[in-house]
Amino acid sequence: MEATEAAPRQTPRPEVALRAEPAVEHKVKLQVRNLDFFYGRFHALKSITMDIPERRVTAFIGPSGCGKSTLLRVFNRMYSLYPEQRAEGEVVMDGENLLATKRDVSLIRAKIGMVFQKPTPFPMSIYDNIAFGVRLFERLNKRDMAERVEWALHKAALWEEVKDILTRSGHSLSGGQQQRLCIARGIAVKPQILLLDEPTSALDPISTAKIEELVDELKREFTIVIVTHNMQQAARVSDFTAYMYLGELIEFDVTDTIFIKPKMKQTEDYITGRFG
Amino acid sequence: MSEIDAANPVYRRRKLVNLVMLSVSAVALVFGLIWLAWILATLFYEGGAALLRAGMYYQMTPPPGSDGGLANAIAGSLLMVIVGTLIGTPFGVLAGTYLAEYGRRGWLASATRFLNDVLLSAPSIVIGLFVYSVYVARVKHFSGWAGSMALGLLVIPVVVRTTDDMLKLVPSSLREAAAALGCPTWKMILRVTYQAARSGILTGILLAVARISGETAPLLFTALNNQFWSLNMNAPVSNLPVVIFQFAMSPYQDWQRLAWGGATLITLAVLFLNIVARVLVKKTH
Repeated sequence: MEATEAAPRQTPRPEVALRAEPAVEHKVKLQVRNLDFFYGRFHALKSITMDIPERRVTAFIGPSGCGKSTLLRVFNRMYSLYPEQRAEGEVVMDGENLLATKRDVSLIRAKIGMVFQKPTPFPMSIYDNIAFGVRLFERLNKRDMAERVEWALHKAALWEEVKDILTRSGHSLSGGQQQRLCIARGIAVKPQILLLDEPTSALDPISTAKIEELVDELKREFTIVIVTHNMQQAARVSDFTAYMYLGELIEFDVTDTIFIKPKMKQTEDYITGRFG
Repeated sequence: MSEIDAANPVYRRRKLVNLVMLSVSAVALVFGLIWLAWILATLFYEGGAALLRAGMYYQMTPPPGSDGGLANAIAGSLLMVIVGTLIGTPFGVLAGTYLAEYGRRGWLASATRFLNDVLLSAPSIVIGLFVYSVYVARVKHFSGWAGSMALGLLVIPVVVRTTDDMLKLVPSSLREAAAALGCPTWKMILRVTYQAARSGILTGILLAVARISGETAPLLFTALNNQFWSLNMNAPVSNLPVVIFQFAMSPYQDWQRLAWGGATLITLAVLFLNIVARVLVKKTH
């Protein structure tokens, strides 16, 4: 692909074989076009253009401060909680530019779930932690709600551990369980996209492994974008990887390509640990 | 270089400084506590007996020389403290919510916070005079409503401050997590941040109640006093602080004994409220 030389930030359109299912075409879920982001005067993201594929795991890697979390937080308009932060450009989902839409931002966020670096269980019971989000947009009777809660906890591989203590506070769980509770909460509202912002950085290796397995499981139904500091993690869980540096998207390709044969020298230096 | 053992001069000097500072701190601690213990001891010595007399709780404040209790003052105080708290708390909680949740930036919030701090440290007699001039002087009589208004005004800044502080302690990650589910701000505040700060906010309200239950100055200009049983909020209402003030200054021994009893009673009530507040705070952390 000589074209990458001329336009290095051009999104790859991998007619290239996908790792798991070589022949399968994948659809684009989010189109990011010329995205710039500012924290006050600080220009944190510079003209990002990329396509996030549907029902795949896309990982953002790069050194601290490169803008990977910032980019993730643009996708669900998290930044609009803070008046001094603003984004320019386009993030298109299902034909709608999320950054310019007149629809209530809550409606967007209901379709794009997010899990944070530190577990953030709400100060309520395990059951209510899950039901909280569901109740925002759906009126379910008691039985349907119980089913939904169980479904979400099953999906998050937490059901067996909490099925007898659903009325206990979410805070009573261990860190790894809390994080899976947050994932369950995120998928209970049946979003289309799940954004994971360093979901395992506060967890021990066993909990981390569980969450990674979970990500692999969840990509059958959800489009997943994961920010991670851990390159092995990106290599293990993702289908596509984006390497970012100083607010720019340096390279974005199939994960195997990024880790085995990156096109950019910068990416290679970072992957091989010669920089950072 | 000297040996690292007990004779090491740097080590010995450090131990000495430590000893001196520790002793000074301990003396300061004892000095501070002595007065508190003295006050409590005096109160119980002078007022303890009065508290044990049942008549204290069902007899009215008496004329000098006859038998009596503080029933009307206790009831009046309770009434005005409750009404004052009911008036002040909603304003306090809502204003505190605005400051912590909506007005983190901007001049309005910082100006409000500053004014609130001024109000918080304003002498309570000023509040009493204020209510006197805007209400009592207009309707031309003292009343329980006026007393409750003055107490309510004292509640507001305390509750604003604690609500603001407690809500700010709620990590913003929790707000983001709620927002990420598509939760509107008002619901996030009601269901998530209030829930997380609940006992802190309750503690603030309790501390405000403790503060107003001993206030005398604002009541002197508003509720005044009443030697009879009266819960009519449109008339002067008896209350413990003013009764204590009048009875303690009187030359009659039985009045003085009642004043001691009332003072002990208020102190116990405030102590109780503070203990409940502490237990609540412990529960949160």
